[in-house]
Amino acid sequence: MLTSIGAPSIDALFDEIEPALKTSHFDGIDEGVDEMTMIQEMAERARRDEAGPCFTGAGCYDHHIPAAVWDIAARGEFMTAYTPYQAEASQGTLQLIYEYQTMITGLTAMDVSNASVYDGGSALGEAVLMAVRANRAHPSNKTGGPRRIAVAGACHPHYVDATTNITRNQGIELVPTGTTDGRVDLDALTGMTGDRMPVAVIVQQPNFLGLIEPVDEIADWASANGVLVIAVVNPTSLALLRPPGEWGANGADIACGDGQPLGIPMASGGPSFGFLCTRSSLVRQLPGRLVGRTVDRHDQPGFTLTLQAREQHIRRGKARSNICTNQGLLVTAATIYLAIVGATGLSRVASRCHERTRKLVGTLTGVNGVRSHFAGPYFHEHVIDVGQPADRVADAVAELGIVGGLPLGRYFPDLRNCLLVCATEKRTDADIARFGDALQQVLNG
Amino acid sequence: MNPGETIFDIGKPGRRASAQAPAAGDAPDLPASCLRANAPRLPEVSELQAVRHYTNLSARNFSIDNQFYPLGSCTMKYNPRGAHRAASLPGFLNRHPLAPESASQGFLACLYDLQETLKHVTGMAAVSLTPMAGAQGEFAGVAMIRAWHDARGDDGREEILVPTAAHGTNPATAVMCGYRVREVAVGADGDMDMAALKAALGEKTAGIMLTNPSTCGVFERRIREIADAVHAAGGLLYYDGANLNAILGNVRPGDMGFDVAHLNLHKTFATPHGGGGPGAGPVGVGERLVPHIPTPVVARDGDRYRWVDNDQIPGSIGRLSAFMGNAGILLRALAYARMLGREGMRRVGEYATLNANYLMVRLADAGFELAYPERRASHEFIITFRNEAKTLGVTAMDFAKRLLDYGFHAPTTYFPLLVAECFLIEPTETETKEELDAFVDAMVRIRAEAETDPERVKTAPHTLPVSRLDDVKAARELDLTYSFGEH
Repeated sequence: MLTSIGAPSIDALFDEIEPALKTSHFDGIDEGVDEMTMIQEMAERARRDEAGPCFTGAGCYDHHIPAAVWDIAARGEFMTAYTPYQAEASQGTLQLIYEYQTMITGLTAMDVSNASVYDGGSALGEAVLMAVRANRAHPSNKTGGPRRIAVAGACHPHYVDATTNITRNQGIELVPTGTTDGRVDLDALTGMTGDRMPVAVIVQQPNFLGLIEPVDEIADWASANGVLVIAVVNPTSLALLRPPGEWGANGADIACGDGQPLGIPMASGGPSFGFLCTRSSLVRQLPGRLVGRTVDRHDQPGFTLTLQAREQHIRRGKARSNICTNQGLLVTAATIYLAIVGATGLSRVASRCHERTRKLVGTLTGVNGVRSHFAGPYFHEHVIDVGQPADRVADAVAELGIVGGLPLGRYFPDLRNCLLVCATEKRTDADIARFGDALQQVLNG
Repeated sequence: MNPGETIFDIGKPGRRASAQAPAAGDAPDLPASCLRANAPRLPEVSELQAVRHYTNLSARNFSIDNQFYPLGSCTMKYNPRGAHRAASLPGFLNRHPLAPESASQGFLACLYDLQETLKHVTGMAAVSLTPMAGAQGEFAGVAMIRAWHDARGDDGREEILVPTAAHGTNPATAVMCGYRVREVAVGADGDMDMAALKAALGEKTAGIMLTNPSTCGVFERRIREIADAVHAAGGLLYYDGANLNAILGNVRPGDMGFDVAHLNLHKTFATPHGGGGPGAGPVGVGERLVPHIPTPVVARDGDRYRWVDNDQIPGSIGRLSAFMGNAGILLRALAYARMLGREGMRRVGEYATLNANYLMVRLADAGFELAYPERRASHEFIITFRNEAKTLGVTAMDFAKRLLDYGFHAPTTYFPLLVAECFLIEPTETETKEELDAFVDAMVRIRAEAETDPERVKTAPHTLPVSRLDDVKAARELDLTYSFGEH
């Protein structure tokens, strides 16, 4: 090969680089090992993290994944393909995304969906940027003042953080309304009038604390005041709960969330995917990739990326967003998951999670010193008060082999004695009893 | 399967995979007003129907596992299965992202090792692994540059310089961070036009975004001069790691004078592209930007690992994802790095460069026109079909589509924008000489076809599941979801 090139050595191929730049500082990296040794090393570490039953949710859920999902998704034809820019050579991925767009809009009762973004937190960031572009009638576009986004009630604090960090350099400000009994303070929200009127309102259903927000009242207030509604939803819950497209009289304008519950392992929180859906009228404001159905030269149906003129590789500095990625492999898994479980299976999963969580709350509140912190209905997460600093309780329960919920003091100082707990359809009666016993042992010796 | 037949077409009302539904429970303890009235329209198929449908769909894809995939700037190298196996170990797959540190020491140790490895790879002082893709790594990089200027009260800097050859994400990122974009011309030799750079630099300059080797497929030879000029003007340098594969183990962004660099683990560290994602775009920073790195990161105290969050890095640009970015991709990259080791990494850059230069010389000898004939290829290079387009009416897109018929994925077409009718070709280090020779043979045969039977090339592809698709109809008559009852 060097002879064909006419170069004396591989080093000669780097002769345009000044010698002083060649590194001699690579010794901090060890010598390589073979695959067997690497796996042995990694397995030793993975074993240290094997834990007992998981009762933590907070945006990542331990659901059953049908065996077929990853057997198919991990096929090299899906896993090692690139973005489907050459449509004729990518009909598998493209048709699958079209089917995904159909399924996720069905779940959310929205008109259109993109091909996904990174995760739930960044999906909310993109939703906020989109809302600011879409709400051109808002007075802040004339005055040049800050574009306020109201956060109604208890939204996932990590989502709010990520969104703040993604949007802050564009004159956007997130304004929390505060909560009453763990839900939106409606008076505070509807008191945002005049100059304080937000461009959009974010509402998570069920909210971060597991409770049901009054989404109809929020959506109707927003609609009457020219405020766009951004819904953050859990896809499993949508088999039971009214979808964002049906909130209030007119529905939400944008719906987003994390697709992890749909056939994706927890895997330390990633990769999963963020979904982002909207009304037909706002489709040109959607960032990211979109797949459309069309025909080929012989009038046969086929699929292709479309409306690419919105995207960064065409519009560059005038693009809606810098995002390129759709989390294709995870969307592949979620699409296969939804096809296999169907509406009946998903509804059974959702009601089973709801039933398991009620059983869990009943068991835990039976432990001396433990009570339910908020009254009112919940779906598959709930806040329990353990009567002492919850971070220490969670660590002690972990010592007994249970991943026992999220201590909330870090986010809400007045909830420092509280754990956010969750039970999915996978948690057996024995798992729940074991958590109850562990909590009893930690709290009451 | 019939053309265009979707999972919705093959269903029947009431059909389902009975093994995949837990027993029905009691009525939910939720107010009727918040319950869904109508079940969502999801597929109604058996498990076998679903498995068969998606297996058949997978066969309608090109992939690295099936085809040579010389997409310039995308680094479509082999994705070792061992890395996938390692990341799929039960202890990793079942770990909850908010599990206590005491139950997470294995995972945290892996992240710590990857941070350290990437510090050495980039020549930087610190690394944060959280960005979930190259574009998010870019965002983190420019947001840190902004945070650094802001922290110094230097708030008159409103411009980010970007070369005309840059990826579209670069200008889009600068705008997301609240900057104006000022483009800087690239000279005829593929290097930056130094006069244009010096004219653009000034008190408004916040920084510059550069890829090196550049998207022209050549190494920016005056990089240290550029770094000195940007620093002298008070700006910082951001390194787009899209092309790091070319110099892995040989040259480091930190030594070139960059203040921040992102890496595309889905390129240089061989994690699978997954049909469009996930990727991962960790950032490495020089001393000046350490106080601003995105959170969370991992620290080690003796033999114990712990999370470091905003409370300990008050100047951080903060969290960019719900949890820890694309954690599973980070594990795959660590597994790959562990197998390569330092000698393996050096070989990656060397063999990627060798393969590119070999393919470039072979194509040039076969009569294809190089965009930068006087230059070495980096790990990729550009050829232009401007002559074929003019004399034969056959464009770069036509060559690309015809290559699909020959069983090769097309190279990147029409990028960078400053070279007409171009292919950006990146063979990567994992291809054999025989594969490169077969690609040259196909290119030569297609040009012969273009001379004798141009229609054959202009109407390609002919052997794929669909022929060339009507993009205009797709955009004009938007059909983004299946219409139930209309097909």
